[in-house]
Amino acid sequence: MNEEMLKEQAKQIRRDIVNMVGAAKSGHPGGSLSAAEILTYLYFEEMNVKPEEPKWADRDRFVLSKGHAAPVLYATLAHRGFFPVEELGTLRKLGSHLQGHPDMKKVPGVDMSTGSLGTGVSTAVGMALACQLDKKENYVYTVLGDGEIQEGQVWEAAMSAAHYKLDNLIAFVDNNGLQIDGNIDDVLSPNPIDAKFVAFGWHVQVIDGHDFQQIADAVKAAKAAKGQPSAIIAKTVKGKGVSFMENQAGWHGSAPNAEQIAQAMEDLK
Amino acid sequence: MASIATRDAYGEALAELGAVNENIVVLEADLSKSTKTSDFKKVYPERFFNMGIAEQNMIGTAAGFAAAGKTPFASTFAVFAAGRAYDQIRNSIAYPNLNVKIAATHAGLTVGEDGGSHQMLEDIALMRALPNMTVIVPADGIETKQVIKAAAELEGPVYIRLGRPKVPVLFGDDYKFEIGKGVVLKEGTDVTLIGTGIMVSKAMEAAELLAAEGISAAVVNISTIKPLDAELIIAQAQKTGAVVTCEEHTICGGLGSAVAEVLVENCPVPMARVGVEDKFGESGLPDELLEKYGLSASNIAAKAKAVIAKK
Repeated sequence: MNEEMLKEQAKQIRRDIVNMVGAAKSGHPGGSLSAAEILTYLYFEEMNVKPEEPKWADRDRFVLSKGHAAPVLYATLAHRGFFPVEELGTLRKLGSHLQGHPDMKKVPGVDMSTGSLGTGVSTAVGMALACQLDKKENYVYTVLGDGEIQEGQVWEAAMSAAHYKLDNLIAFVDNNGLQIDGNIDDVLSPNPIDAKFVAFGWHVQVIDGHDFQQIADAVKAAKAAKGQPSAIIAKTVKGKGVSFMENQAGWHGSAPNAEQIAQAMEDLK
Repeated sequence: MASIATRDAYGEALAELGAVNENIVVLEADLSKSTKTSDFKKVYPERFFNMGIAEQNMIGTAAGFAAAGKTPFASTFAVFAAGRAYDQIRNSIAYPNLNVKIAATHAGLTVGEDGGSHQMLEDIALMRALPNMTVIVPADGIETKQVIKAAAELEGPVYIRLGRPKVPVLFGDDYKFEIGKGVVLKEGTDVTLIGTGIMVSKAMEAAELLAAEGISAAVVNISTIKPLDAELIIAQAQKTGAVVTCEEHTICGGLGSAVAEVLVENCPVPMARVGVEDKFGESGLPDELLEKYGLSASNIAAKAKAVIAKK
């Protein structure tokens, strides 16, 4: 895909996020919208996956460690062909396979069940170790929230990934600066994020997480860094693309009403 | 009587399994010489991963290994496995039903001198409350080796509870362990003593004490706490009309509770639970602690007489 197509795809995924959460009347739009370019790039440009064979053993793997951003993952997987786009409207409803947080037993393409913050990145470490042991050439990607990295388990995982020289592990931090209770710096500052990962022995880059070219260049550089895992600190805007949601912590976990959905569709034309 | 620690049998079984099953990987949290995963490390160092003093990450990493097709065994002390890493066991292993084996050593009072902070007494309760989880407490070294091999063959999460001290060997080499099946070790007609783990040998001793007083006690080994062999437990309750459970675990939520749940719904009979009575442990020698907290043959025998009197 060229950059224009990627942008259009991300915009479609954003429209789906707003519609899904609106239809469900609950969910997490803010942190889903901030990660739209990252997931669009990974699934449409970078990752080696087979939607018709979701459990293909040699696939690249993806763990949404910030599991509450399930809407962006579901919309991306649906558009990539893992399941019908029409099913997105069933998010969070009784009997739907689209659970409030990703469930690998229910959704084709979901490589790990997540939701309890900090747990996903450890499972990504395990996948990367297994691939390394089998001398496979695939990559394991994960996306962490910048609030999520307040969890101690993240740093246990970071230490182990560097210790085992997991250069097949690439972790994005969706650095939108906000968590449920407000600004990450006011709640419990994880800053400086880049210096922490450097200190833990990772290859670290800081990019604009809404710029496809920067994401592409960063993944390329991460793959070129041998002998250490890579962290890509992606500066993003929470609620990106929807005027009234941008940079508003209140849109972390609330659903838009019909009028707000209409405004969002206008913003995302 | 010969004796062997279940953790020693675990180390031996792992090393043997490693030879026949290349898919097995072993994760450890800095206690390999105590949990005996060092036996595996000696022969298969490339498949051994020391994850340091970071149990939550170890359990999550094991889940990732399983998601990528491996059969991981993760070991640390029971208090750190089922306690420290409960959320990771729940959300990264049990919820997605991943093929991880958690072999937790140093369970119960018999940790001894390290004291109450290290004496895990509620892990059976925590683990059996989790959907998808199989929970096994082997009674001796012979059974442990078979449990480890059976766990490796079962697709799904398994919690295996092991101990620190040497315990008497109860089974012969011809013993055949089967997940979910209890075993009648001694037939009897007046009362059934149902034990798990190291308390099975205490139940056998208690049966001898009772026999000396003319009481015929049956002894049943329930090593698989979940899924529980309800059929055998109900049959024994019907046959003897009284039951005493024996476990090195709190009486809240463990074997005694599991047995009571089955009997109350199917065959209510007078019943008593021998276990730690809703207390934390303390420092001391293993045998001193078992005696002090009532995990003794004499207490089992006393409880047996009490339930027989209620018939």
